[in-house]
Amino acid sequence: MISYKSNPIILMVSRMVSPFIMLFALYVIFHGHYSPGGGFQGGTIMAASLLLMRLSAGREIGQLQFKTTLGTPLGSVGVLIYFGTGFWAMLSGGEFLNYRFLPFAGFTAPELRSIGILMVEIGVGLAVMAILVAIYDDLLEGYPHD
Amino acid sequence: MKIVNVLLLITFGVLLIYASLGLPNRGDVDAVMHREKSPSGSKGASSYYIRNANRDANTPNMVTVILADYRGYDTLGEETVILTAGLICFLILRRKKSKS
Repeated sequence: MISYKSNPIILMVSRMVSPFIMLFALYVIFHGHYSPGGGFQGGTIMAASLLLMRLSAGREIGQLQFKTTLGTPLGSVGVLIYFGTGFWAMLSGGEFLNYRFLPFAGFTAPELRSIGILMVEIGVGLAVMAILVAIYDDLLEGYPHD
Repeated sequence: MKIVNVLLLITFGVLLIYASLGLPNRGDVDAVMHREKSPSGSKGASSYYIRNANRDANTPNMVTVILADYRGYDTLGEETVILTAGLICFLILRRKKSKS
């Protein structure tokens, strides 16, 4: 079995690259209104940056960034954000997932829909990121610790 | 037994290829789903989306509007599928804590 050996060059490069990948992921999520992208793609890129640190720095340092026990709960929180946005619109008098009825004062209906889409995309990105990292951690569970 | 499987796969592939011959060409303006009115005379959905996406949701990216607003239920289902996949990996692969 291949055992983990610390390699300073790989560690250094991935430590430099990882924050930029995260920044790009946030850009993809929040700029999804104007360019190709959105929650699914941004969440995947964010998970890629977290997994890069896990692969290059080993298990313990990866835990500092994103704990294994955080994976499934954060995924559930993402789905809850999506569901909650739709349910909130329903509670304030509209249909389920009809963002026009979100209770924010001072916005016109198209702007409210835009805000609703943004909230939903954040939920999707959070869920995808957390679930991908959680699946990686689950797959790694059987191996002895490095 | 193996030959039966291979034959089944080949039959299914041939069936899929035959079915794909009936699809309209890519970018065909006269295809049914690209017409402004459906064969029954009602308004087509796609032309409505193209015309009104920016006006309805104040968002230039039409794909985002369709994904998250017009087809919000679908995306909620997709996200639930992802969560379910993660939970199943958790339940199958995670080792149980030994009682000690």
